[in-house]
Amino acid sequence: MKDNLSPLSPIDFDHMSSEDVMVLNMGPSHPAMHGTVRMVLTLDGETVVKCDAEIGYLHRGFEKQCENATWTQVFPYTDRLNYVSPLLNNFGYALAVEKLLEIEVPDRCNYVRTILGEVSRLSDHFTCVGAGALELGAMSAFLYAIEARELLWDLVEEVTGARLTVTYARVGGLKDDLTEDFPERWAAVEPRLHSTIDRLDRMMTKNRVFMDRMQGTGVISPEDAINYGFTGPVLRSTGVAYDVRKDHPYFAYDRVDFDVPVGTTGDNFDRYLVRVEEMRQSIRIINQALRDLPDGPVSVDDPRIMLPEKEAVYNTIESMIAHFKIIFEGVQVPAGEVYSFTEAGNGELGFYIVSNGTGKPWKLRVRPPCLYLMGGIDRMVEGGMVADIIPTFDTINMIGGEIDR
Amino acid sequence: MDLVWELLIILLKIVVVVLLFAFPIGSLMTLLGDRKQSSLIQNRIGPNRARLPGINHPLVGIPHFLADGLKMIFKEDIIPRQANRFWHTLAPAISLFPAIALWAVIPFSDHYCTGTATMVDYRDVCVDGAFYNLFSISNLEAGLLYVFAISAVSVYGAAIAGWASNSKFSLLGGLRSSAQMISYEVTMGLSLAGILIIYGTLNLNEMVVVQGQLLWDWLPMWGIVVQPLAFFLFLAAMMAETKRAPFDVPEGESEIVAGYFTEFSSMKFAVIQLSEYVATVFVGSLVSTVFLGGWQVPWLYGDGFYFGNTDEPSIPLPYWLVIVLRVGSFSIKTLFILWLQFMLRWTLPRFRYDQIMTLGWKILLPLSLANLVITAFVVLVLL
Repeated sequence: MKDNLSPLSPIDFDHMSSEDVMVLNMGPSHPAMHGTVRMVLTLDGETVVKCDAEIGYLHRGFEKQCENATWTQVFPYTDRLNYVSPLLNNFGYALAVEKLLEIEVPDRCNYVRTILGEVSRLSDHFTCVGAGALELGAMSAFLYAIEARELLWDLVEEVTGARLTVTYARVGGLKDDLTEDFPERWAAVEPRLHSTIDRLDRMMTKNRVFMDRMQGTGVISPEDAINYGFTGPVLRSTGVAYDVRKDHPYFAYDRVDFDVPVGTTGDNFDRYLVRVEEMRQSIRIINQALRDLPDGPVSVDDPRIMLPEKEAVYNTIESMIAHFKIIFEGVQVPAGEVYSFTEAGNGELGFYIVSNGTGKPWKLRVRPPCLYLMGGIDRMVEGGMVADIIPTFDTINMIGGEIDR
Repeated sequence: MDLVWELLIILLKIVVVVLLFAFPIGSLMTLLGDRKQSSLIQNRIGPNRARLPGINHPLVGIPHFLADGLKMIFKEDIIPRQANRFWHTLAPAISLFPAIALWAVIPFSDHYCTGTATMVDYRDVCVDGAFYNLFSISNLEAGLLYVFAISAVSVYGAAIAGWASNSKFSLLGGLRSSAQMISYEVTMGLSLAGILIIYGTLNLNEMVVVQGQLLWDWLPMWGIVVQPLAFFLFLAAMMAETKRAPFDVPEGESEIVAGYFTEFSSMKFAVIQLSEYVATVFVGSLVSTVFLGGWQVPWLYGDGFYFGNTDEPSIPLPYWLVIVLRVGSFSIKTLFILWLQFMLRWTLPRFRYDQIMTLGWKILLPLSLANLVITAFVVLVLL
């Protein structure tokens, strides 16, 4: 009777009756299953016969929440999607709403978004590469990577006021301009990032044990990757050079010079290499964008979209009304629908938004890159060993907040 | 009366070796090796919060280690409902026993000479007296075989712990550790076969005495000099045997949580950990005994330093100082091997289970066989 009360889950129970295999429940509370997912593994010895990934342990109704918030109030929610690179989510969502509004943000805003977006991407990749090392037992490499991430988050904190819950973008611009000393701060951080990347490279890339663990594990073919809807470093590791920044440029990506690294085999080692190379490219992008950073405002000059200055709110009636309207009713976005996509840390982050002409989204749907990666994880781990799940799960870099929304 | 005296000395030796050497170094290593040294490697400060009463100084984190021990004792001991209570409780003891018993044959210094010690042909001789075993618990003739036998027993602790916990993660950990330890025992034995041919003895103290001889009158004939390949093979095999990183798949925390001791808590967990650390210290002492000249200080014999095969020591030293130097030399070598193991632990990622098997059976085993054959051939030709 008691057994009947246990929650049902979509597990294939056929395998459980067999005597030759063992069903191992990995997660949701397991040291390797960060971001709380559950994997029901059917093992033959140490070989994975079947892998059933179960997601949803971090579901908090993001898409429904957004329908009850004004366009601007959605920003804090997007921080919590991919919480390792919140700025990229911020900017992705802002871009989607701006497309719906059919406005162009000032050029400086595009450049600042490019710069901070790449800073976020760096922190995302550092976390992924470092955590991969940690889970393979090389804790020192992890801490080196985390030290570099701290430097980046210090930069982010200086500009946005928060390390993680940044809420920095606004519809039509940014909360604030870059701080004045940002270029100097970046110049101080950059060599340390280079040295950390080189150090990780030296510690891991030529490390025999690391290579043995990563090479030939978690392989996926380009066809399968495309069929499953993979994007980002995982797709590029298979040799498909698809990068939203290059193929559908937005912000200032068409005005900076960078390469899209691709792998050849689509295994864990290639995914690792692609990420390491992307970190170097991100630094390149930031340097160019900072060099070309134009002067000017960072937000559109439109009282229907941007909040007026606090000084004006208190002193002029027009600004006060504009302030009131935006805070209480939200930015009025014309009715219509849009699908806008940007390159987040793990791949294509899409926002599909339907507006009914009011201050709140009528429907907001996120296309998180991780969801599709997790959809194909069984392909990558079945036939391998239990220990191979660890690097595979890491290199696809599933982020719980993004996948479960 | 003599028998009682003898027993008392043996008891004293056991107490000194186990309680004053193996345990303190073993458990201190949990702190200084695993926590403080790793923090140095990783640009961190490491444990520095706990204080001893009245002393407002972190003391390189030693109070943490005392606090940890205290905490472990007061933690709740949890036995999973369907676990086998008897074996689950016994398993930590079974894994601790071999870790302690192994120390019985390790010589900390040469036998004590009741008369006057001097040197003849790079060997200590005792004039007007006899050698008396004071610095190893037991002077077993089959010392090395004893080590092999006891370290083979230690697999039971892990296997039983894994099986009795009634957890699939523990079971996997237990299976992995059994497979790994049994595989590496072969390499461990074979890599030492070459050195047995050269030294011609199984007695560990006798082995160290032989290592005091000099090649070409200047190079100490340490094991690492005559058998360099065997040194690396044996170190790797011993590290696998004690399940230290990068061979720590039986407890690989990322995939099978904590392996065979996933379901252990409180002092049982501490005992399993402790036995692992004591075994690690033992690896250091055994490697230094067999390959690094044990208690030998280069060119130091019973009554001082000899540079060349002379009758009189070049630098005469009192006998008590020679003993102190020898015990110190042994301890430093042991700590050096320990340090090396911890450096490896914090540098290398962990192997995969099947890669460890491949390494053991397909690389280390053929190498140690080749080493044995070549050594045998060379010894046959030269002697």
